[in-house]
Amino acid sequence: MRRILTMLVVASALGFAGCASHPVKPAARRQTAAAPGAAAASQGAASGANASAGALGSQQSVSGPTQGLLADRVIHFAFNSSVIGSHGMKVVAAHAAYLVAHPNARVRLEGYTDDRGSPEYNIGLGMRRAQSVRQAMLLQGVSPSQITVVSYGEEDPVNPANNRVAWAENRRVHIVYLTPTQPGPAQSAPGSSAQ
Amino acid sequence: MKHSTRYSPLRGIALAVLLAAGSVTPALAQLTIKITSGVNHPVPIAIVPFAESRRDPVDVAGVIQHDLTGSGRFSPLARSRMPAMPHHAARVQFPAWKATGVDYIVVGRVVPLSGGRLGVDFNLLNVLTGQSVARKRFTGTAQALRNAAHRVSDVVYQAITGIRGAFDTRIAYVAQVGLGAARRFQLVVADADGYNQHLILESPLPLMSPAWSPNGKWLAYVSFEDHLSAVYVQRVRTGQRYRVSARAGENGAPAWSPNGQELALTLSGESGYPQIYVLKLHTQHLTRITDAPAINTSANWAPNGRSIYFTSDRDGSPQIYRIGLTPGSLPVRITFTDGYNADPEVSPNGKLLAMVTGVDGRFCIAVQNLKTGAFRVLTHGPLDSTPTFAPNGATIMYTKQLMGRKGGSILATISVDGLTGMTLKPTHGQVEDPAWGPFPPKKSN
Repeated sequence: MRRILTMLVVASALGFAGCASHPVKPAARRQTAAAPGAAAASQGAASGANASAGALGSQQSVSGPTQGLLADRVIHFAFNSSVIGSHGMKVVAAHAAYLVAHPNARVRLEGYTDDRGSPEYNIGLGMRRAQSVRQAMLLQGVSPSQITVVSYGEEDPVNPANNRVAWAENRRVHIVYLTPTQPGPAQSAPGSSAQ
Repeated sequence: MKHSTRYSPLRGIALAVLLAAGSVTPALAQLTIKITSGVNHPVPIAIVPFAESRRDPVDVAGVIQHDLTGSGRFSPLARSRMPAMPHHAARVQFPAWKATGVDYIVVGRVVPLSGGRLGVDFNLLNVLTGQSVARKRFTGTAQALRNAAHRVSDVVYQAITGIRGAFDTRIAYVAQVGLGAARRFQLVVADADGYNQHLILESPLPLMSPAWSPNGKWLAYVSFEDHLSAVYVQRVRTGQRYRVSARAGENGAPAWSPNGQELALTLSGESGYPQIYVLKLHTQHLTRITDAPAINTSANWAPNGRSIYFTSDRDGSPQIYRIGLTPGSLPVRITFTDGYNADPEVSPNGKLLAMVTGVDGRFCIAVQNLKTGAFRVLTHGPLDSTPTFAPNGATIMYTKQLMGRKGGSILATISVDGLTGMTLKPTHGQVEDPAWGPFPPKKSN
C-alpha cells in the first residue's frame, strides 16, 4: 500500500502539477521550491478549500507537495476526540508515504480545537490530535526526526465564528511542510535571543 | 538554557516588539466598561466632585464613583441630586445630605504640591453621625492621579465593607488586533478598570496564559513566536525576559508558586501526555508532579504553596484534582459535578475554587467551597473561561467569548456572590485570558 502510494505521489509530482486554483505568493513560492521533490508544485498552490488554514497555517500551507491527496493538509476531528476518520487516514497515509520517500522532508503537525471550554485544556486536546497524526505517520515508517508537533488549541481558528459549523471546521490538525530553515526564529527586536 | 533579552524602555514600560522593521503596529484597543447586573442592598453614598487643580487631568470623584458602583456594594448618588458641592468636612450640611438618603459622603480636593506633584485629600464622613470615618492624603504625579483615585476607593471600600479594596491593582490580558497578515497578539497590562494600558509584548503568533509573579514585578506567559510553544518570564517594568522552557511538544500553563521561586508548568514532549512539572527558577531544576496517562494541565498553587490544583481528564472528562508536593503524594479529585470542570483558580484565602464548568453544553464560571463542597454557577456562559480572582477575593474576572458569526471575546467580571457583573469590551479586536495582579506594595503616605 505504502509503495503504491509512494509511486503515485512521485508520478504525480512529475506529471500533474497544474491543478491549483490559487496563485502562489512570491514568499510562499520560495518556500515551496525549497521543499525536496516538490519543484513542480511551485507552479501552483493547493486548492482553495484545502489550503483554507487560519492565518498561522496559511503562511506555510502552500509549502511542500500538492498532488492529489497531498494537497489536503487538514485532518478534522469530532468533539473532544483525537480519532482520525477514514478520509483523514487516507490523507495521513499519503503524507506518510511522501515523507518516507523524501527522508529530507520535514513536517510540523499543528493541533487545533474549537473555542469551547478551557484554552489550556484545549492545548492538551490539540496536542493529542497532533500526536495522533504523528503516531499514524510513524506506524507507516516516517522517521520521528521528520516530525515536530505543536498545539495551538483554540487559538487561531480557521473560522472565527462561534457556531456548530465553525467549531467543526476548527477541530483539526494542519500538516505544515517545513523548508530546511524552519522553524526559524520569528523576526525579532534587535538584541533578541529568540531562537 | 537561560536566555536574556533586553529591550529599550519606552516611557518606563518595555515594548518588546516581534515585528519586522517598518511594519505598522495596530494601536491598543481601549476597553469600555459596562455594569451588567445589580446587587441587593447596596450602601448609598455620595462622592462629591473634588476641588481640582489646573493640572488635574482626571475627574477623581468620577473614578471613585465608577469603582464603587462596579463593586456592586454601593449605589452612589447622582451629581444632579447633590444638595451642594463641598470640598471640606467643615462645609458639609449634614441634614441636607440626610434628606438625599445617603449613609456616607466623600469630599476632597486635588492640591498642587512642589515639583509638579499633586496631593489628593479626602474625607469619608458618616452622614448619620457627622463623624469622619477615614481621611487621608495621597500624593503622586499628575499621570498617577487615576491610581490615587483608586486608592481613595480602596480606603472607602475597606472602611465600609471591612474588605480590603482591590481598585488600585492591575490586570494582564491578551488582545488580538488587526486581520490577516496584519493580525497581532498583544500582551497588555492595564489598571483593573481597563484604563492606563501598556503594551508588554506584541507578536504575529499567539500569546497565552499570562501569570503574575506574587510580587507583581514579573509576568510569565506562553508565546508561540517560533511556531513552537515556549514559556517566558518577563520583567514588566524593563521588558527584560528569559525563556525558561522551550522543550519539544507543549510548554504551557505557567503558574508561580506563592514564594515566587518556582513555576509550575505543563510539558508534553513530542509523544507524551501533558504533565505538570515544577521548575525552580534559579537552578532550572525540574520536578515532575503528575504521571497519569491523560491531559494534566492548568496548575494553580494553593496559597500555602504545599499543593497544586490542576485539570485532568484521567477519569474521562476534564475534572479538577489536587496533589501535594511532597514526594509520593497521590492526587485527590476535587470536582464531581457535571461533565466538564477545568481552569482551576484558588481564591486568595484558599477557601474557594473558581473554574469553568460545562452545564448542558454551556460553559460557565462556577465556584466550589473547598471545605463544604458547595458548588455554585455564577455566570450564564455560554462560552466563559479562564477565571482569575481579584487579590481581595471579592471579584472574578474571566474571558467571555461571543456567539455568532463574528465570534471574538471580551473580558467580564462577576462578584463571588454572583450578583454584580461588568464587561470590559475592546473598541476593536478581541481580548481574552485575563490575569489579575497582586495588591501593590504598601505605600508610606
